[in-house]
Amino acid sequence: MATFSSTITLKDPKLAHGGSGIRPPAVDGGGGGGDDNGYSDYGARLRRARLGTIIALVAVVMVFVALTSAYVVRRGLPVMDERSGSYVRDWMEVNLPTALLLVNTLVLLVSSVTAEFARRQITRRVALVPVESIPGVSIGQERNFPWLPLTALLGLGFLFGQWAAWRELQDRGFALATSASSSFVYLLTATHGVHLAGGVLAMLYAAITSLTRKPVEARRIVVDVTVWYWHFMALLWLYIFALLEFAR
Amino acid sequence: MATTASIHAHAAPQGFIRKYIFSLDHKVIGLQYYFLALTAVFVGMFLSLLMRIHLIWPQVSLPLVGEIKPETYLSLLTMHGTIMVFFVLTTAPQGGFGNYFLPIQVGAPDMAFPVLNMLSFWTTFIAFVTIIAAFFVTGGAPLHGWTGYAPLSALPNSGPGEQLGADLWVASIALFCIASLMGALNFITTTLDLRAKGMTLMRMPLTCWSWFITAILGLLAFGVLLSAGILLLLDRNLGTSFYVPLVVVNGQVMGHKGGSPLLWQHLFWFFGHPEVYIAILPGMGVTSQVISTFSRKPIFGYKAMAYALMAIGLLGFMVWGHHMFMSGMSPYSAFAFSIMTMAIGVPSAIKTFNWLGTLWGGRIRLQTPMLFAIGFVSLFVSGGLSGPFLAQPVLDIPLHDTYFVVGHFHLIMGVAAIFGIFAATYYWFPKMFGRMMNERLGQIHFFITLAGTYAIFMPMHYLGLAGQTRRYSQFTEVAYQTKLIPLQTFMTYAAFVTIGVQLVFLFNLFWSMFKGPKASDNPWEATTLEWTTATPPPHDNFGGRTPVVYHGPYEYGVPGAARDYIMQTDPATVPSH
Repeated sequence: MATFSSTITLKDPKLAHGGSGIRPPAVDGGGGGGDDNGYSDYGARLRRARLGTIIALVAVVMVFVALTSAYVVRRGLPVMDERSGSYVRDWMEVNLPTALLLVNTLVLLVSSVTAEFARRQITRRVALVPVESIPGVSIGQERNFPWLPLTALLGLGFLFGQWAAWRELQDRGFALATSASSSFVYLLTATHGVHLAGGVLAMLYAAITSLTRKPVEARRIVVDVTVWYWHFMALLWLYIFALLEFAR
Repeated sequence: MATTASIHAHAAPQGFIRKYIFSLDHKVIGLQYYFLALTAVFVGMFLSLLMRIHLIWPQVSLPLVGEIKPETYLSLLTMHGTIMVFFVLTTAPQGGFGNYFLPIQVGAPDMAFPVLNMLSFWTTFIAFVTIIAAFFVTGGAPLHGWTGYAPLSALPNSGPGEQLGADLWVASIALFCIASLMGALNFITTTLDLRAKGMTLMRMPLTCWSWFITAILGLLAFGVLLSAGILLLLDRNLGTSFYVPLVVVNGQVMGHKGGSPLLWQHLFWFFGHPEVYIAILPGMGVTSQVISTFSRKPIFGYKAMAYALMAIGLLGFMVWGHHMFMSGMSPYSAFAFSIMTMAIGVPSAIKTFNWLGTLWGGRIRLQTPMLFAIGFVSLFVSGGLSGPFLAQPVLDIPLHDTYFVVGHFHLIMGVAAIFGIFAATYYWFPKMFGRMMNERLGQIHFFITLAGTYAIFMPMHYLGLAGQTRRYSQFTEVAYQTKLIPLQTFMTYAAFVTIGVQLVFLFNLFWSMFKGPKASDNPWEATTLEWTTATPPPHDNFGGRTPVVYHGPYEYGVPGAARDYIMQTDPATVPSH
């Protein structure tokens, strides 16, 4: 292990106001000046990318807010029964393959941890760039564990597990159009799956950029926002799983 | 120049394709949006003309569509509404002018995410092609209205246009949602993160405020419509029953069971009402900007204007139920929606009175942009005043399916928003194309359009009160409705004249683009940042400079100043607020 790295602070001091966006007129944050070594440039880009990610996640949240409200409304909705001519509740509880879904959840949570390792690894690398540029200083060969491909692999594992859960649901007699409840199970898991698949692509893209000559600061931006997105997808899955499990 | 370097990693492109087709420059993308909307508006207008002709001469066979059957009329109505709302009223003010002028007005070299911006435009373009394709497939265009109410929209065998045409309609809307979300993401990030030094939020021009609030509305609303659209596609194609109850079509029992048509209405209008504000808020911003500039006075109550925009945006998410009073909702919910709806009258009135207060005692220059801005205020008031009528369930229930509603929403979100677009076109044309538009043609365009639109849409209120039903292709069969046909005839003639004068606008636009007199950098003597840069602006907007802002956006007639206006970038010589 390099002796230098323990003394390096992992917090990037340039990232003061990430997201609030309200800054006093006298402060120059990304808006001009920038007369230093181009370092604040990456800071500004990182802040902007993070802000953009947060805003994109707001849109994702609204998609799931809409689906959740549809779920809750449909669940409580009485339906006219044509035989008796009266309103009945037709909500059919779905027999979820809970054990399999728990395994999937575990895989996704582990992938969130590995993603976080990837983010911290590249943050550390960025922090070491100024040290590396000092003539005569070598920080030694830090181990670069391929956390990004591992995370993408775990993500694919989760998607495969979800597909297996769908197969299991079919075997238990719950197809997409069987009942409103089963429609929602497929809808919510598929919508989450599509978003996670986007995350897998972003992970692979981030991993591929590490093979290119792109500066580490630029790669760090891609990794950073992808990982935040990934964490959010894990959180979103926990929410969906809880909704399907506890509000059957 | 950190910002210039970080955003403008892309240098000024040289090849035609990178420069004009797949451009990353927000100004080119803005113009692409504008011309897409211009194409769409003429398609939409042509459809409305076909409807108006059919209403009074039902037997006439029309070009391109031939004989108009009742379902053809519904297709025209659906496509007119969808194209106008999405591809004109959402596309031109926000995608067009917002894209072009938001970065310049806040002092940024480009949007925050230029590639996303380009993708946003091209997704919108594909959405437009998709919806136009619905005309040409088997069965033709859908007939479920721009609101796409289920179960009509959810059953492919419910009508001739409900087969592939309706699938294309849903696909187009879904693509449009994704494009709008990308756009909203860009607008919000740009406003929050890329403002020039000294450009505080409360120094932004009100146009920027309106684009910013509109983007927030879009961010929160379009995701919901996207979800609703996915559910609709599943119902249509994969046999689910989100929206479709047990239903019999043409004697055939459909396989669906237990769905709720009202679920669609809730999801749709949760998007649909904010969408109305997405169309009108940028027009309010432009009106504020133009009225202040051409009255040579600071805007009356700048902060109140900004907060009123926020209040309208916020309330806009709490009133969707007022579109559903007819659905048999609980009177308690209806009451709540009714109160919230009427509460929107408060911020709307604040805006109206502030516009009038700005005009009061101003040294008014009645040039074409100003005419259209005043026209906007006029239409906003006339269309807005019927709002509190329709906000009350007891009045909405008899009026809901009549021409009264058609008159109301055309005045306030249709024509008022269009007037905002016209004001913006005449106001920013010199900056965009470096030439002036013809003033005389502009005035002719304004006065005939104003009189024409009132002549078309005011009688609709009387027709509605008299009980004339909307969405009917003809009135020849029903005795009490037949008596109202003369008024319909008058409206059709008015429509001919109004649409005719739009050709004058079109001529003025393209003629001035090439033959108009050269414009100076600041022909209107305005104060905001776009007027400090070259005409048309260079690739990075400020030619390598980074603007620094010392003043609010509307410092006209400041006592002690050398001229009657102070540019936002003038170093602070006069005490500023």
